[in-house]
Amino acid sequence: MSRSDVQLLCGGDCAQARPLQPFAEPVMAFLSDLGSALLKDKQAKAYPDVVTFAFFCRRANLETLRAAYAGQVDDRLGRGLTFHIAPSNVPINFAYSLAAALLAGNACIVKASSQDFVQTRIVCSAMEALFQGEHAAMADYVNVVIYARERQDVTEEYSAMCDARIIWGGDETVRRVRAAAMPPHGVEVTFPDRYSLLVIAPEAILGMDDKQLAQTAQGFYNDTYLTDQNACTSPRLIYWLGEGETVKAAQGRFWNAVQAYVQPRYPVEPVVAVDKLTAAYRAAIGLSGAKVHAMPDNTIVRVQVDALTADIDEHRCAGGFFIEYADKALDALAPVVKRKYQTLSYIGAEKDRLCRFVTENGLRGIDRIAPVGHTMDFALTWDGFDLIRTLSRRISVL
Amino acid sequence: MFDVNELPALSAYEWAHEEKHAFLTRELCELTRHHAARCPEYHKMLAASGVDVDRVQRFEELPFLPVRLFKEFSLKSVPDEELHKTMTSSGTTGQQVSRIYLDRETSTLQSKVLSRIVGEFLGKQRLPMIILDTSAIIKNRAMFSARGAGILGFSMFGRDKIYALDENMQLDVEGLKAFLKKHEGEDIFLFGFTFMIWQHFCAELRKSGYRPDLSRGVLIHGGGWKKLADQHITTAQFRQALHETCGLTRVHDYYGMVEQTGTIYMECECGHLHAPVWSDITIRRPSDFGVAEKGALGLIQVSSLLPHSYPGHMLLTEDEGRILGEDDCPCGRKGKYFEIIGRIRRAEVRGCSDTYEQK
Repeated sequence: MSRSDVQLLCGGDCAQARPLQPFAEPVMAFLSDLGSALLKDKQAKAYPDVVTFAFFCRRANLETLRAAYAGQVDDRLGRGLTFHIAPSNVPINFAYSLAAALLAGNACIVKASSQDFVQTRIVCSAMEALFQGEHAAMADYVNVVIYARERQDVTEEYSAMCDARIIWGGDETVRRVRAAAMPPHGVEVTFPDRYSLLVIAPEAILGMDDKQLAQTAQGFYNDTYLTDQNACTSPRLIYWLGEGETVKAAQGRFWNAVQAYVQPRYPVEPVVAVDKLTAAYRAAIGLSGAKVHAMPDNTIVRVQVDALTADIDEHRCAGGFFIEYADKALDALAPVVKRKYQTLSYIGAEKDRLCRFVTENGLRGIDRIAPVGHTMDFALTWDGFDLIRTLSRRISVL
Repeated sequence: MFDVNELPALSAYEWAHEEKHAFLTRELCELTRHHAARCPEYHKMLAASGVDVDRVQRFEELPFLPVRLFKEFSLKSVPDEELHKTMTSSGTTGQQVSRIYLDRETSTLQSKVLSRIVGEFLGKQRLPMIILDTSAIIKNRAMFSARGAGILGFSMFGRDKIYALDENMQLDVEGLKAFLKKHEGEDIFLFGFTFMIWQHFCAELRKSGYRPDLSRGVLIHGGGWKKLADQHITTAQFRQALHETCGLTRVHDYYGMVEQTGTIYMECECGHLHAPVWSDITIRRPSDFGVAEKGALGLIQVSSLLPHSYPGHMLLTEDEGRILGEDDCPCGRKGKYFEIIGRIRRAEVRGCSDTYEQK
């Protein structure tokens, strides 16, 4: 491997680091100091995603996370060296992946997006400053690098060294990285392409005052347009739990509010407008009873269908394209959910009922249930993986 | 519907707005019904769009299909046994190509209308013709590439044809000398694709030092400026190069696409692209697909009366342009005239899904 092609953004030599216990104090102290440093960083203020990460890292939140595992992980140690492939298009994701693996007790080599985001630079310089100061011992647990994804040889070298590999970024990336062998004992966590949906009880929309409705629209915007509706958590299907005029009235109210919030904030690129029109006609050809709803402009494209079919998840398009279906119960959803389904967000539905719907029907998919506006909230359990447990090993004592 | 066989008899550039617009509205509504009755996919798309053809006042209200759909679906309005040939767009390697299904009627209509349009610029006589391309291009006739089909389509306006480049893309100097000697004093028709002309014909002439006298030539060229724009070559540089290397001054670009073969948009003496009577250009705002004002930049939507065997009468391209005027071009031709700005670009999208395959 020619090292000149691998850019080291921060950190030291991970190969020497010893595994730590989950939520080890040096890691807790390092992350909370990182959070404080980022909250003080003037440049970071311009990036809400960096600020959100900084809040994730503050001591109180880390203690809450630790408390959830209290007494359950004392017999565990990190697996050793983790190798992370961060997604190319979500700048801050590498930092969460890193934080989770550190908290599980591991050293981390993280391949950040080769797009070289400012967010990556901000977090890395803050970490480097801590390594130069009182957290020098943590330097051997962190190694953030950038290299071109075509450099499979680099991916191979890191893969051969690691005890666990975490791959973010879609089916094609997972396939490509998997071609690089890990040691026989290596474990792997993959986050491939996913599909997410939103369940809405129409009565909840009709019962909101204008302020609540506007907040809901903002939450929906954060779940969708904020990431071009291209995050794995972004809902693409809107499932209305109801029928007839109630649904129609709620749809009118909801989409008006979304239109009002999104339109001034999200200019639709010409190519995206064409993409969405193409997707709408593709849906018209492929889906049962498809009707394209008339909208004031191209900000939101909605296609109503009268039946859910197993290929519904193929009808997706980034940038504000939604398939809508209405039914008085969730039953129609059960047969179409496959492993690919990830986040079920909701407005006005009861979360425990939704969870029971998944467990009682034995669904292969749906790993997360979140209220509208919170689909992107990072948690130590992601896509069905408890990252603390998956990235650590348990020492059994007989 | 207007008798299809009468269509080619219309004059290409004589109808002013009111007459042409009413004519197109009537005919395009009819074509919409025609395709809805014959192409199941189109029927579904029309139904989903919510447009009621019986209530359409202006053809701009009719649904228009993104050209990309022709890459994903086999859209045809004739039974398979009536298919005459299939045209494909010239996609670069690995890209999906458009597939356009033609029966004899649509194919004939395309030829006749193309002939009427080109006749306006070349005159009624067939002229001796030089094809500024390689003779290798039409060797494989089983599959029509857009370039091969273009050359074949335009070849019917010429006689005594020769290719300027041999199979190895080398200039056929001896052939050209003999041809020009034989046709001394005659007007000559030249045809080729913009990029091929620049990259091979002009370049070869420069390299060889041979300076044929083509001052009596009329060049029609098309295929887009994308590759030249990528090399920062302007229209003026292109024309200048032709003038310097072979004395050509009468140069007409055209805008057209395999999805609407026949109704091409020719560049007039004033440098404007013109919509002929059988088709029209509508500039649509990307924000809401409404009709943009004159002079405003937007997506080019093309309408044509020729597609009968496939539902391609109203199409949304991925090209950007603007209307320069209507019925008042100094060249005297009626109808809209416009300019092309270029192809819309794919922005980098956010989100954690793969972007790998889009590269």
